[in-house]
Amino acid sequence: MTTRTARLHIQRGTPGAPARTETFQVPFTPGQSLLDGLRWIRAQLDPTLAMRFSCINANACKECMIELEGKAAYACTVRLREGDMHIAPLHNKALVHDLITEIAPRDERLLD
Amino acid sequence: MIQLETDVLVIGAGGAGMYAAIAAARDGCRVQLVDRSLIGRGGATVMAQMTVSVALGEQCPDHWEHHLADTLAAGRGLCDPVLAQLLCENAALRIREMDAWKVGWARENGHLKQVYAPGHDRARCVYVDFLNTGPAVSRTLRAQLNRIAAIRRIGDVLITDIVVHGGEAVGAVGLHLLTGAAVALQAKSVVVATGGLTRLYRRNSGSLNMGGDGYALALRAGAELIDMEFVQFFPIGHLAPRMIGMDPIMWDPFRYKLGGRLLNAEGEEFADRYGQAESGNYVLTRDVATYAIYKEVEAGRGSPAGGAYLSFTHVPEADLRQAFGPVIDRLAKNGIDLTRMPVEVAPIAHYHMGGVRVDASMETRVPYLFAAGEAVGGASGANRLSGNAITEAFVFGERAGTTAAARAKARAASGWDAKAAAAKALEPASRRSQAAAVPNTAALLVELQALMADYVGPFRTEEKLRLALSRLEQMQRELGPIPAGSEAYDMVCLDWLDLRNMLLVAQCVVLAAIARKESRGAHQREDFPGMLPGWDLNQILSWQDGKLSLERVPAAQAAARTP
Repeated sequence: MTTRTARLHIQRGTPGAPARTETFQVPFTPGQSLLDGLRWIRAQLDPTLAMRFSCINANACKECMIELEGKAAYACTVRLREGDMHIAPLHNKALVHDLITEIAPRDERLLD
Repeated sequence: MIQLETDVLVIGAGGAGMYAAIAAARDGCRVQLVDRSLIGRGGATVMAQMTVSVALGEQCPDHWEHHLADTLAAGRGLCDPVLAQLLCENAALRIREMDAWKVGWARENGHLKQVYAPGHDRARCVYVDFLNTGPAVSRTLRAQLNRIAAIRRIGDVLITDIVVHGGEAVGAVGLHLLTGAAVALQAKSVVVATGGLTRLYRRNSGSLNMGGDGYALALRAGAELIDMEFVQFFPIGHLAPRMIGMDPIMWDPFRYKLGGRLLNAEGEEFADRYGQAESGNYVLTRDVATYAIYKEVEAGRGSPAGGAYLSFTHVPEADLRQAFGPVIDRLAKNGIDLTRMPVEVAPIAHYHMGGVRVDASMETRVPYLFAAGEAVGGASGANRLSGNAITEAFVFGERAGTTAAARAKARAASGWDAKAAAAKALEPASRRSQAAAVPNTAALLVELQALMADYVGPFRTEEKLRLALSRLEQMQRELGPIPAGSEAYDMVCLDWLDLRNMLLVAQCVVLAAIARKESRGAHQREDFPGMLPGWDLNQILSWQDGKLSLERVPAAQAAARTP
């Protein structure tokens, strides 16, 4: 099957430090998800990229929520596409690390 | 270090953990329910698509003894009969309790609707439409949890070790993932409800969290593991075309309701060549179907992506829509029109029959340490009956919570030993020594999954298993000491901790698989075909002086002792 390349511009950083954007070239076959691409980056290029997910592909856990082109989306249900994709953590949740934000309900957190 | 204290600590917030927490609180205990992910969203329960087996006897006459007979037959002589009976006998109580909590089991003519699933002698499985059993069960248990003030729910905490003092469980230590802070949790009883080990395999139907954490925790704490060689592969996991936002085991409900045809590349039905013919009905058991698909692929009659075709093209569109409503539209969005095309399916790691060895009260040989749900081994023997996993989560969860509460109440103090806890707790990342070279942990995880899929799948040989074992030992050396990194959600540290557990648990599976020189249920040895009566044995692993040790006991003797 044809391999194509997505250019993922990912906003990274931790609270209190200025955010930076890093760009990764991700080969994919049509049909693959953005989550597939993020996992590929970790295994092939940079294991420190912070992201979270649980159910992998079922759209059941809702953990992989990020912002794509400024809009909230689930990484597991967005398909990779050729060209530029801009990915950032949810802007209305407290930043933890890279694409991870504090998404747990308030009464399920260890710390306030 | 963040210090917490409670009566009953439950590790893992899937179906079994949530039920255990509810049961322990109902009996008057304070409970902390801890999960590495979000509460009630990260386990296997939420992924369940359809069937939950229970002898209700409403739709057709039934009795739990018939359910037990089917469970024991599926287990190929290795089920722990005490645990299997507990499961079947208490199923109706739990399914009705869930009904009272408004889970929404499908109904028909004033009774709960039950469908037939392979391996059962009659229609015995309740479900929630459409493909919604897992989400509905999770939502219902979460709603119950939220109403109970005695339960504190804590997400984003990864438990790294059980703390044992004087031979008894006294709590656990872990890592608060969001900050990297060490956490110490003192408890009078500890319940391990972390699910199975599907993450060890490349293609799997579990969530990311199912990396066998609980097996490793229990083993290192001194508990035994039983039947670790038996990994269940779900025969018709989705293979192609690529779908998003759908669970790979979603085809099973279609099979329950509409039959469907399993075909090879030549368009022929082939199950009859392997001992079970299908004629429009879904009767093929999981181990036979897995075997049949592998053998067809091996013979060069596989589908393009390396599996079999599953076809519903003979089913009228109106019937498809009636059976699956909105799911048909979700498939259309993925470019799949079942009236015109088959899909490709292949076996996918789905469930682990093996697990922590417990008695009938769900307690391990380490006093005050319990297990619940898929983390428990023994009830399913060599092969689990369809529909028993969610039932097991409810029944074993409730039982573990109830007995953990009773044991906690009778215990004066937990015997917590701060020194033992501190010794096991992880240093914050900033204070760990800098390792010279950290391997790419994400790549190691991918390699481990490929190794297990290619060498320790459903079809095994001595040669492949030995190769896997030596590579696992090598990977353990490559992993090195825990790396220092960042404080907040440190992915490399998290992978390192997961690999520590996964490599240990993988070795348990491989060692037990090498030792079992016969084929039975989910464990098929190509160099030892056929089931041997001399192998009516359960294999038990324990951790002694930093090494795994394996012993065998006659199946009858492995039965849970009555407390």
